[in-house]
Amino acid sequence: MTTGRRGLAISRALLWPALIVAILLTQIPLVATLYYSFQEWNLLRPGQRGFVGFDNYVKVLSDGSFLSSLGNTVVVTGSAVVGATLLGLLFAVLLDRKFLGQSVARTLMITPFLVMPAAAALIWKWSILDFTYGMANWGLSLVGLPPVAWNTDLPAATVIMVLIWQYTPFAMLILLAGLQSQSREVLEAASVDGAGPLRTFTSMTLPHLRQYVEITVLLATILLLQVFDPVAIMTNGTGGSKTLSYLLYERAFIGLEVGEAAAYGVMTVIVTIIVATVALRTLFKVFSEEGLMNR
Amino acid sequence: MTTTTLGLPVTKAPAPPVRKPARWATRRIRGIALTTVTWIAVLAFFFPVVWMVFTAFKPESQAATLPPTFAPDLTLDRFQAVFDRGMLPYLINSASASLGSTLLVLALAIPAAYALSVRPVRNVRDPLFFLISTKFMPVAASIIPVYMLLQAVGGLDNITWLTILYVGINLPIAVWMMRSFLAEVPREIIEAAQIDGAGLRTEIFRVVLPIVLPGVAAAGLICFIFAWNEFFLANLLTTQVARTTPPVLGSFVDGRGQFLSVLSAASTIAIVPVVIAGWVAQKQLVRGLAMGAIK
Repeated sequence: MTTGRRGLAISRALLWPALIVAILLTQIPLVATLYYSFQEWNLLRPGQRGFVGFDNYVKVLSDGSFLSSLGNTVVVTGSAVVGATLLGLLFAVLLDRKFLGQSVARTLMITPFLVMPAAAALIWKWSILDFTYGMANWGLSLVGLPPVAWNTDLPAATVIMVLIWQYTPFAMLILLAGLQSQSREVLEAASVDGAGPLRTFTSMTLPHLRQYVEITVLLATILLLQVFDPVAIMTNGTGGSKTLSYLLYERAFIGLEVGEAAAYGVMTVIVTIIVATVALRTLFKVFSEEGLMNR
Repeated sequence: MTTTTLGLPVTKAPAPPVRKPARWATRRIRGIALTTVTWIAVLAFFFPVVWMVFTAFKPESQAATLPPTFAPDLTLDRFQAVFDRGMLPYLINSASASLGSTLLVLALAIPAAYALSVRPVRNVRDPLFFLISTKFMPVAASIIPVYMLLQAVGGLDNITWLTILYVGINLPIAVWMMRSFLAEVPREIIEAAQIDGAGLRTEIFRVVLPIVLPGVAAAGLICFIFAWNEFFLANLLTTQVARTTPPVLGSFVDGRGQFLSVLSAASTIAIVPVVIAGWVAQKQLVRGLAMGAIK
């Protein structure tokens, strides 16, 4: 192989364009956000722009909407991740078995992940969860239960439902890959040795799946921490559904408070970094265990 | 109930020890029951999509009814209405932003992934983790400076700028996925090509790319899907000329009249390209997602 200095130079030349584009498009705006967050800057009063130190941060932390929307983010993200992972595990186990129409069933199952989130949010809100004409309440009436005013009384729950619906296929795919990577011989050996299916599942399959469950939870958490679409489309942040991204959007583009919104942005980044650090560490552990990083 | 699933493939192992007819029959009944349960669960999960497409073919007067109309007069009238309201330009904008950004992403990601797997640079881990960490940062946190910059240069409501921003969103995913696919190319093939005196270009285009073509397709498809479905940036940065499909869907909700079937028709049109593509390329898609997530 062409190693040595020339090989390395070529490799660098291949790598740098992508890195430069990534830095320009993602890092520079972040630095600018940090800079804005130390400024007093309302778009309605462009003349009064100036450096104000940590004023915006004091405002953010003493306002109360930051903490409450941090709480909302934890509840929405947490329930959606747990819900999607559990349902994903259930469907992965069901679909791992050979049965009539297995591949069609899998095709249908991955569809919610492909559906445009804006369309999913609108259809759930107006077609499934509508108080008068929604299919959910019609289903409840069939079993004799009273209708629920999902959209007005339980806005956060409607957002969580859509998120679970869209992310269950994502969890299922990762967990299914985990199930299929189990060695058949080991499972057969367990069965020959007299282990029942329940025993095999709890003492062999579940431990094997552990790292796949971890990856699912981490990736879903990171993706869902940024959730915006269903909040903006279904609830406008009412009733405990105002997540950090929506709060920031509201401050910047409705309140036109650039400096304050930037401070919200920085705080959001800090929260994400804390979660992502944990995530990266675990991902890296998985990597090292599989020896993938050393090749 | 789910636990029996893992026992079942075992029964198909060559030469089962003693086959007692009674046990075989119970297993078969259990299998049929489990298949039924699986199908009910899958269809329940898929129901919102079915209902959306079904509603799109109803006349408006039969869309929002109590009880739901299951035998409506089917019509294409609502699809016509969607296009009469000027949907086509938005779909074209979506297509060009998604296609353009996907091609740009692949042009940047393939060489970068090449440098991270086939011709490794000295420290593979740092660029890889830098790239994925940009994905962890909420887009909301960098939106303010991006908006200000675009406003300053007259780049708001401009499809080219939206395309460029989508490159930033999808580049990390594409690099990670391509890297996993490239790592699977047997080293011997590349080394043989190099010994035969193939230049870098021949090595990439003639030797390696043909092998990883399914991987390129998978990465491209996933980037296309994310760009096609993107709502946050499209909603904020475009208004009319460069408006894409996702933020337009909400405008089919009409506060005064009935709108459920026209909304369903618009949503169906919006999701069809990506859902069909996802179904057709299911194998690559699943592999790509699993690869990106696990390796």
